[in-house]
Amino acid sequence: MTVDVLASLPRLAQRLGGETAHLAAAERLSGGASMETWAFALEGPNGHEDLILRRRSAPFDPETARSVSLATEAALIQATGANGARVPRVRHVCDETDALGEAYVMVRVDGETLGRKITSDARFDAIRPTLARQCGEVLVPIHATTPPAGLNLKAVDGQIELDRYEEVYRATGAERPILELAIQYLRQHTPPPVEPVLLHGDFRNGNIMFDPQQGVAAVLDWELAHIGDPAEDMGWICTNSWRFGRPDRPVGGFGDYADLLAGYAAAGGRSIELSRVRFWQMLGSLRWGIMCLTMYLSWRDGVTKSVERPMIGRRVSETEADLVVLLEQGL
Amino acid sequence: MITHPRTEELVESVRLWIDEIRPSLDPRNAFLARVAANAMATVYRELTQGPVAEARAIAAMAEVLGHEGTYGELNHALCDRIHAGDFTVETPGLLAALKVMARDQIAIDQPNYKPEGTPPPPPK
Repeated sequence: MTVDVLASLPRLAQRLGGETAHLAAAERLSGGASMETWAFALEGPNGHEDLILRRRSAPFDPETARSVSLATEAALIQATGANGARVPRVRHVCDETDALGEAYVMVRVDGETLGRKITSDARFDAIRPTLARQCGEVLVPIHATTPPAGLNLKAVDGQIELDRYEEVYRATGAERPILELAIQYLRQHTPPPVEPVLLHGDFRNGNIMFDPQQGVAAVLDWELAHIGDPAEDMGWICTNSWRFGRPDRPVGGFGDYADLLAGYAAAGGRSIELSRVRFWQMLGSLRWGIMCLTMYLSWRDGVTKSVERPMIGRRVSETEADLVVLLEQGL
Repeated sequence: MITHPRTEELVESVRLWIDEIRPSLDPRNAFLARVAANAMATVYRELTQGPVAEARAIAAMAEVLGHEGTYGELNHALCDRIHAGDFTVETPGLLAALKVMARDQIAIDQPNYKPEGTPPPPPK
């Protein structure tokens, strides 16, 4: 089914703003392989509203997808927001009447999400030293949220993730000694499981809206939310592929481990050892490397034809260059 | 091989042409054209740096394994030994060899990437 978003938005504007409301602006912001983001505005009797539409543009298969449905995503944003997390406000979850497919509407949050701007732009120079601590703080109410019943979120721990990614790696047929060594090392250093919590699942520089004056404005992109080790969310934001040219600042390319951990503890989070975060960081590099391999394979096997896919395959070596140093350093 | 033009010059000419037409494309195709130009640049680097990198990888792997072979044979043997648990991070020379290989490969794939352990840039 093809959806004409621009044709459907005027009716959505009326549904949200009342019969006399009209669509004031609409612009597609980004298009990933399966997800679209649109900025739009409506003018109505209650004034002007800047909104964001997030919709799935490719069919969703809950059996094979790693991601959750957009309705689940919206429910998690609402639940974590109600628990004090910095997240956008969900304005509306779309249904058949909207003719937009699987989609929801959020109130627009101002700020910057481009990772390289956060790590290098002068506008963030003043706030940058506080961001790692803030990232630790904002994770606490997320991890303390009880997920709404009936969402069927996947539950993982270090062992389960390693098993899964080793299986995917073996199935690719690729032979990469550094990935082999990382799998072996991580198996020997898997920390014992802890009491699992709700995780954002994709908590990294690039998925967080930062304000140049205030810092963290909102945590975005909840499609990989699941249940697991709180250190997983901390390790992923420390994975070097998301440090945007500043490997000397382990947290997101903007801060230090100690600040991330201190922010988490100060906001009431449980105490987490650095070695546990480093385990998840290293597993993050391994996971990203294996994901790059599978994206190349989707091109080789004819599933997708975009030139992006084989080029992402050449990003495996970035994770190898990182992993070999982590293997030298140890956790 | 012939030198007028060399293979890498053909590749470079395609890259330059893609860069020339990029401004005339719609946003999606402009993005894909940039990716395509990057692909050409990667091919160029593999043509010019690949032979030295491969020779160095072969020498490094042969040293750790203690026998000779082609790149494919040595790489396969190395993966097997690690998977079997014969080789670990403690194996003398293994991490050093893997580091040389990783650095040579990233220099071809993404020369601007700053791997873990890179010191901070000098202050502006």
